[in-house]
Amino acid sequence: MGFRSEEMCLAQLFLQSGSAYDCISELGEMGLVEFRDLNPSVSSFQRRFVSEIKRCEEMERILGYLLREIRKANLAVPEAEIPPVAPAPKNVLEIMEQLQRLEVELSEVAKNKEKLQRNLLELTEYTHMLRITHTFMHSRSRHEALGPQYEEFPSLETESVTGCTSMQRLGAKLGFISGLIQRVKVEAFERMLWRVCKGYTILSYAEVDESLADLDTGEINKNVVFLISFWGDQIGQKVQKICDCYHCHLYPHPETDEERADVMDSLRTRIHDLQNVLHRTEDYLKQVLHKASESAHSWVLQVKKMKAIYHILNLCSFDVTNKCLIAEVWCPVSDLANLRRTLEEGSRKGDATVPSFVNRIPSSDTPPTLLRSNKFTSGFQSIVEAYGVGDYREASPAPYTIITFPFLFAVMFGDLGHGSVMTLFALWMVLTEKDHKRRRPGNQVWTTFFDGRYIILMMGLFSIYTGLIYNDCFSKSLNIFGSAWSVKAMFTKQEWTNETLQTNALLTLDPNVSGVFSGPYPLGIDPIWNMAVNRLTFLNSYKMKMSVIIGVIHMSFGVVLSVFNHLHFRQKFKIYLLFLPELLFLLCLFGYLVFMIFYKWLAFSVRDSQLAPSILIHFINMFLMQESATTPLYPGQIGLQVFLVVVALLSVPVLLFGRPLYLYWLHHGGKSLGVHRVCLCSCGYERVRRVSEEDLSPSVVHDEEEGLSDSGGPREFDFGDVFLHQAIHTIEYCLGCVSNTASYLRLWALSLAHAQLSEVLWAMVMRLGLRMSSRLGVLFLVPVFSVFALLTISILLVMEGLSAFLHALRLHWVEFQNKFYSGTGVKFAPFDFSLLPSVFEQDGLL
Amino acid sequence: MPSLLFCGPKLAACGIVLSIWGVIMLSMLGIFFSAKSAVLIEDVPFTEEDIRDDKNPPQNIYGLYNQVGINCFIAAAIYVGVGAVSLCQVRLNKRQEYMVT
Repeated sequence: MGFRSEEMCLAQLFLQSGSAYDCISELGEMGLVEFRDLNPSVSSFQRRFVSEIKRCEEMERILGYLLREIRKANLAVPEAEIPPVAPAPKNVLEIMEQLQRLEVELSEVAKNKEKLQRNLLELTEYTHMLRITHTFMHSRSRHEALGPQYEEFPSLETESVTGCTSMQRLGAKLGFISGLIQRVKVEAFERMLWRVCKGYTILSYAEVDESLADLDTGEINKNVVFLISFWGDQIGQKVQKICDCYHCHLYPHPETDEERADVMDSLRTRIHDLQNVLHRTEDYLKQVLHKASESAHSWVLQVKKMKAIYHILNLCSFDVTNKCLIAEVWCPVSDLANLRRTLEEGSRKGDATVPSFVNRIPSSDTPPTLLRSNKFTSGFQSIVEAYGVGDYREASPAPYTIITFPFLFAVMFGDLGHGSVMTLFALWMVLTEKDHKRRRPGNQVWTTFFDGRYIILMMGLFSIYTGLIYNDCFSKSLNIFGSAWSVKAMFTKQEWTNETLQTNALLTLDPNVSGVFSGPYPLGIDPIWNMAVNRLTFLNSYKMKMSVIIGVIHMSFGVVLSVFNHLHFRQKFKIYLLFLPELLFLLCLFGYLVFMIFYKWLAFSVRDSQLAPSILIHFINMFLMQESATTPLYPGQIGLQVFLVVVALLSVPVLLFGRPLYLYWLHHGGKSLGVHRVCLCSCGYERVRRVSEEDLSPSVVHDEEEGLSDSGGPREFDFGDVFLHQAIHTIEYCLGCVSNTASYLRLWALSLAHAQLSEVLWAMVMRLGLRMSSRLGVLFLVPVFSVFALLTISILLVMEGLSAFLHALRLHWVEFQNKFYSGTGVKFAPFDFSLLPSVFEQDGLL
Repeated sequence: MPSLLFCGPKLAACGIVLSIWGVIMLSMLGIFFSAKSAVLIEDVPFTEEDIRDDKNPPQNIYGLYNQVGINCFIAAAIYVGVGAVSLCQVRLNKRQEYMVT
């Protein structure tokens, strides 16, 4: 991980047409370079390799269908151990053929299966119908024994030979219609029948126990078998129409009992056969899918790589002879040797007669920014980049963030117990990271936590440290070294008696009495403060001063970092005209405040603590240049303060006018420096001058405010623009100093909130469990502790943790980085197969 | 024998974490109560009578401290049991996972 981003160069790759595919495949595996689009005006349909990309997309479509079928069959897709490389163009046809054959086979098998299932359903329904109408018939015949049921139909002859159909009576024939209907429609069906046929039909129905699937809609619902006996042909037609209306499945009703028995037998055998065939079909389908799933993953990868390579080939341009492709890439200078080697490898693989080569070319465009990072630093790098990617070759704040960010978090979070829980959680994630990386679960929240595991580990470790300093562990203080305060001394020195105890609710330990206070606690805050009523008064003063001190140090560090940028971009004038006034302003005012804080801490002891003046009053009086009524902190204070204020006030106009005036002077005749051409180009890129007429001048002056220009000619120096810019910067900086210093007080505020929340949680939850005096109190303590643990994790760790994380991040982004970082660069996005997303992974198919 | 599994893998893991934390924290609390730490005075259930009617101060308060300490140790022991049950659940879940796939 670097101090500043890597040096990049623009390079031209000359690729032979024959081996271009292989070279780019090798480059994709290595992930070294970023390709530029050389045909920006060409639409995607007019590019050269459109047909190949279309072919890839066709293969992707088939693969998508295949993966969906595999998922429907609940098969797993095993991953290959070694990811496959992109296939050579001659092998592509093979893969395409295989995929097409698979697709045809699968769709056929699926169609057959559906047909068979439909048949099976019909046969099953028919069987149910026959069985249930059989019971109708028999029950009806049993009923007849008791007496006539219906007026129209006197008791039927229960001749078992003829059965009960085709009764000749009044010249009309009794007809039967039987079938199945969905249960939800039965009542409406019955009512419709009654209304239409006016009692000339009899409907008997019974529910089928088994719920059958409706193949058209795929729902599983209950069906009802019905038997309609009607009288008359016309009624029959009406009934038929009504049945059609309600989407009933009608089946022929057998005339006699023997017929019924025969039909049922044949149905049984047919169902049995059909089930066999269906099983075989499913087995075959599973087999085909299983075989396909073995190579599915490598096909997906190969197609993805192929498509990516053709996209890149589309970005290149052909030279006039049409024999070689030219590609323009951004490449880190340190990787040029690797690049050459990769191209040789690719040419070798592609059996090219002439090898491809690299040519570095000068460029006036700003290269993208590359900062290499490992698994530890990548988390911190990403939180810096979330604010903005650094400009090319700008000093990066990321290395310092590794320490300052967890530290500022810990100042706001400081609790030994919570810090240890956080550390253990992060340690678990770090130690099992190989497993988690392999599994790749989809939960977004978990992925965020997992990617930040090293950040969380650092935050936890620092929180343990600040927890020791604040002496706070789950809101209780630890007495490691023995408290320095002694209550007994108040009694032995006759300050307090028993009567004092009985008459006063609150008593103050006086450190001026000898023996009461025996010196400061070795590490952190004395544990006796945990029991003191005026604890917050003491801690507030301490934490506020600490926040201001940390803030001023952090901001000064930011201002000092800008020196490195000025030195690197060879803008030495900025050190004198920007850095110096900024630093003087900050240190003269707020550095002096920090000095006063330390002075008051060191100079005033317990004896004269009553006389110690308020620093804030002195600070305000410094600006008002008033004689304060109180005695000075130290001799010569007035004089020093006036001097500091004058220096700070003088640095403002230097900051305001310095740079614009200097650049104006430079532009309008700075001959003494020997610079003939003021080359104005964008921030920071050391340009090789192409115009070599006046290349005697040693230094090239850059002005980062002017933006891009073309090579050679000096731009119009717009004094108004520069001055306005500088005025905005000055106002922002000076007012920002005040507001940013106050902003650091959030370190105090959040640590106070955390401590109070922690105390409230203990007092309201844990104390209830501990104060139970009876033996049953133990059983109460167990669930109380679980509630305490859950609330600790959810409120104090998650909520407060996120809050402190956010505020620490804000302090870095705004208060620290706006002193030196511009963050307007473009990130280097190399062509790397492993970084390309897979469409199927996003759909969750893989 | 019906399956002894009654919670899923995540709940069992939470149970293990909670019981480990409970054992450590409650046993430390027990030690600190037995050591009569002054910081924990608010958590001891003493009343005015305990202080006023104490024949041999501060033995009443010390006795209460010991009582609470013993309560904490018993609770820690109960959490050991809870932890053992959770561990069994985790093992059963793992076994079931192997059998299904």
